[in-house]
Amino acid sequence: MLFRKAPDLTYADVTPKAVYLDRRKFLQAMGLAGATAVAGKNLFELAMPSQTALAATKFGDLVKSPFSTTEKVNSFEDVTHYNNFYEFGTDKSDPAKNAQKFNTSNWVVSVEGDVAKPRKFTMDEILKIAPLEERIYRHRCVEAWSIVVPWIGFSFSNLVKLVEPTPKAQFVAFQSYYDSRQMPQGRWAGIEFPYVEGLRMDEAMNPLTLLCVGMYGESLPNQDGAPVRMVIPWKYGFKGIKSLVKIKFQSKMPPTTWNLAASSEYGFYSNVNPNVDHPRWSQATERRLGEIFKRKTLMFNGYSDQVASIYSGMDLKKYY
Amino acid sequence: MHALLTSKWTKVAVFLLCLIPFSLLVWRGSTNGLGANPVEFIQLTTGDWTLNFLVLTLCITPFRKLLKLPDLIRFRRMLGLFAFFYVCLHFLTYLGPDQSFSLTSMLKDVAKRPFITVGFTGFLLLLPLALTSTAGWIRRLGGRRWNMLHRAIYLAAICGVIHYYWKVKSDVRMPLFYGALVAILLLWRLGDWFFKGRSASGARLSPQHIPANPAQ
Repeated sequence: MLFRKAPDLTYADVTPKAVYLDRRKFLQAMGLAGATAVAGKNLFELAMPSQTALAATKFGDLVKSPFSTTEKVNSFEDVTHYNNFYEFGTDKSDPAKNAQKFNTSNWVVSVEGDVAKPRKFTMDEILKIAPLEERIYRHRCVEAWSIVVPWIGFSFSNLVKLVEPTPKAQFVAFQSYYDSRQMPQGRWAGIEFPYVEGLRMDEAMNPLTLLCVGMYGESLPNQDGAPVRMVIPWKYGFKGIKSLVKIKFQSKMPPTTWNLAASSEYGFYSNVNPNVDHPRWSQATERRLGEIFKRKTLMFNGYSDQVASIYSGMDLKKYY
Repeated sequence: MHALLTSKWTKVAVFLLCLIPFSLLVWRGSTNGLGANPVEFIQLTTGDWTLNFLVLTLCITPFRKLLKLPDLIRFRRMLGLFAFFYVCLHFLTYLGPDQSFSLTSMLKDVAKRPFITVGFTGFLLLLPLALTSTAGWIRRLGGRRWNMLHRAIYLAAICGVIHYYWKVKSDVRMPLFYGALVAILLLWRLGDWFFKGRSASGARLSPQHIPANPAQ
């Protein structure tokens, strides 16, 4: 009863004009179908006319990534209606409602600090930095739930190389867009905005670290951090800053939003670690959305092979 | 008003109203309406309604006195039992999906995490109240002792609010809202007791307001 049914969607179910002209209804139908990313993409191509009002940009010819998991991808409906994006409200369903009118046109990302070539990137320029890849990553929230998402983007290191950091650059500081007029719900969030995050340089250069511009074959929906965000799959989800506007290379460890809000609960590193509990709940297990019972959480969210070595010798209980 | 409040049908209507949140959950559950994380949705909803019914139960005594509507007492037990009903659902979604029905892992969690400890304490406090909610138990314990015991609801409500406050990450508006309601309702009792002395608090227990008829 509590489980999503998976009605057999056929071509006939998605092609009626009334359905395919109404993108939102279509997305709901797709969510119910629990469509996989691949099926989802095909359905999109069948059913989505490119001229719809809310049209997201579709990305063709995505490079498949060896970092992708083969686990079952969560539905687009789940990933777009269960969001922590406190600028748009603290309830999981708030961002889907409140971010619809968020204006992301003429987006510029400023890259500055200890770099030889500071510059501003438009979205068009960002999309040309490197070939776009589809990376199906596990995403583990600090709140002990997880999802599997087919993100689109490329390794953040591609951007780093373009701006040529100087030897002084030991950390990268990130900043989100914030505009209280566009995000009036943000004043009740209980955390300071603009949202800030940070990575150590070697973390930023790890090939897993993704500069993300889309998911499910198209550009990012507003509630998922449009138009460009970070995805760091071995860290808790809140490290993946959304709606990115500023990247600064620096010698000092940058402040991070949740650490500022509650330093005993959220550290700078915030690597997924089943052995270090959040003070208020266990991190040993997680609920994969779509499942009832909890599953075991993996060290570094299952990405130990790629990242464990950069933390060798570090006390991860101390540097949580 | 007396006729309305003492009508059997009013009681039936209130009973059905109290079932609406539960019915909505069942309806949503059968129509894929519980969102991306159904377990969490049920946990949050049943938690909210536990607090709602605790607050409503605590409203009865002040409203009886302030509005001079002693007949409101007829609904107090039902509202309290609905608080217990929703807290049981809340607890079961924790014991089941979260703790895989393992009592040992649950007890470990209760001992380890303050927000679980305080929530579980609130649940345990409500247990004897639900068990002794019958007219038979009121007679067996005697009005004074029964009333003493049932003051545990004050603690349970405080536990519920703290549980909620410690659970949220940063947006504390709703926990503070419930905290304010519970604080007002408890402070009113303190004021009532302070200003009217023992005779007034005795009057609250006066026999004519205690349902004497077990069938009631």
